[in-house]
Amino acid sequence: MKKTCTLYELAKVLRSKNAGPFELTLDVIFDKPETYRRVKDSGVITKELVCRLYNIKEQDISHLVFYDQALAFKITFKRPVDSGSIGETDVYGAQQHAPLMGVEIPCDI
Amino acid sequence: MEELKVLSPCGILGYGYPGESFWKGIEKKPDLIAVDAGSTDAGPHKLGAGVGIVSRQAAKKDLLQMLVAGYELKIPVIIGSAGGSGARPHVEWTLGIIREIIEEHKLRFKTAVIWSDLDKQVIRESLKRGEVKPLGPVPELTEEALDKTIRVVFQMGHEPFIAALERGAQLVVAGRAYDPSVFAAYPIMLGFDPGLSYHLGKILECGAICAEPGSAKDCMMGYLRPDHFLVEPLNEKRKCLTTSVAAHTLYEKEHPYYLRGPGLELDLSACEYEQFSDNAVKVRGSKYIQAPEYCLKMEGAAQVAYRTLVIAGIRDPVMIQNIEEIKTEVVEQVASYFEEVPRSDYRIIFHLYGKNGVMGPLEPVKQVAHELGMVMEVVASTQELANAICASARSTMMHLGFKGRKATAGNLAFLYSPSDIVFGPVYKFTVYHLLKVNDPCALVKTDYLEL
Repeated sequence: MKKTCTLYELAKVLRSKNAGPFELTLDVIFDKPETYRRVKDSGVITKELVCRLYNIKEQDISHLVFYDQALAFKITFKRPVDSGSIGETDVYGAQQHAPLMGVEIPCDI
Repeated sequence: MEELKVLSPCGILGYGYPGESFWKGIEKKPDLIAVDAGSTDAGPHKLGAGVGIVSRQAAKKDLLQMLVAGYELKIPVIIGSAGGSGARPHVEWTLGIIREIIEEHKLRFKTAVIWSDLDKQVIRESLKRGEVKPLGPVPELTEEALDKTIRVVFQMGHEPFIAALERGAQLVVAGRAYDPSVFAAYPIMLGFDPGLSYHLGKILECGAICAEPGSAKDCMMGYLRPDHFLVEPLNEKRKCLTTSVAAHTLYEKEHPYYLRGPGLELDLSACEYEQFSDNAVKVRGSKYIQAPEYCLKMEGAAQVAYRTLVIAGIRDPVMIQNIEEIKTEVVEQVASYFEEVPRSDYRIIFHLYGKNGVMGPLEPVKQVAHELGMVMEVVASTQELANAICASARSTMMHLGFKGRKATAGNLAFLYSPSDIVFGPVYKFTVYHLLKVNDPCALVKTDYLEL
């Protein structure tokens, strides 16, 4: 049986934050090159996954980028309501990362 | 010049920094002390209301050491996005504190004050010429939105700083500025590579966040050299690691290695990060690209409503089961009671913690908790109306009958008495757009003072 690890288990940093008042950005940073490569090469991290996790449309995602030097990937998408506006619920966007934590990555260890 | 040493005391002026780290940095004889004081992170309220992010006391405490050290070393001291939002009231607030310190400690500074407030008439004319465009997922700017906007600032680039430094200013207090420009201006003026200068600025503007452990409340030193730079924390407890420095470029930005600023693009895709010593990292390969058009980022806020809110808990499982219908019923009953008030004059919003209070429409989990924390807010055209609607909605919800209800004494556990909290004005970013200009300095106004 193939084992999986969650992104929470694999990542060193897994966070969300505003990227300006109109976008949210998710950063996932690893501390070992092999872990980073396993996640990157797994093909699990896709725009479709993000759409499913956050109930958003693909056109709302402005970036899903891996940055090899930083052993990290970043996902940026449109906020449902701009920061601090009426009806908005997370001014700094700092608590929007939880759905990513449970994403499962194939893991041999 | 072979090396320029830049000292960044902290991530935001007034966040505080350990004196020990700062004076250790001063012993290394920096060529520049620079600090960023701004952010839009806390939403549109600070810009709209003309208030700061930090307390006056904290801003004074941080400025004092910077000014004393800068005066003694005879080096430039640069403050960007003064007062947080960098508009006139914020810059004046900062200047008031600086004057007080200068007087109390008998300092003297040739000072430049660079204002970045935008006359709305200038924007209206640019709008007509098609020189204003949205930045990211923002609606097009309209005259109507502009009319409602209280004040607009723009993020200046490094050019106005250079102009002020070239005229002999030792202390530069600037309105809203692109955070890295505050650090990049002086080295660019001296002929250092703009790509490295900006990348170093991007790291230093956050204080010691790029170190391990990271903190915005501690000092960082940058050593800029012709073909690379070093970053080094000034607190022994922290270390810069290749991954921590590389990963920092992700922080609060939309793209991990491609950054846009006034008149420039910064391409960090080919950067090399090398462990230079136990606690310092060497960076090379940062590329500065001149943007095809010079655009300034504008920020403007308007007051859009007044708010009153109530905090209450819900524990009755039948009520929790029926919560969506109850919300609708409360809104309907209030509207029918206040039939003379147009529905467009107010909104009742329920934040249900334990359901989707934090993530709203982004929440993928459908399971609801056994108790709900509720913040019911009413936003309305006047404070009086917000208060009236909130009181009515609160009592309606308290006593509403619903399917299966057996707890007929009341539906809500109020946290406080009185239960209704008058919040005051609510703001919105109405302007978050790019403005095309021909001259990077055309819209700034600089005053030169002998302080």
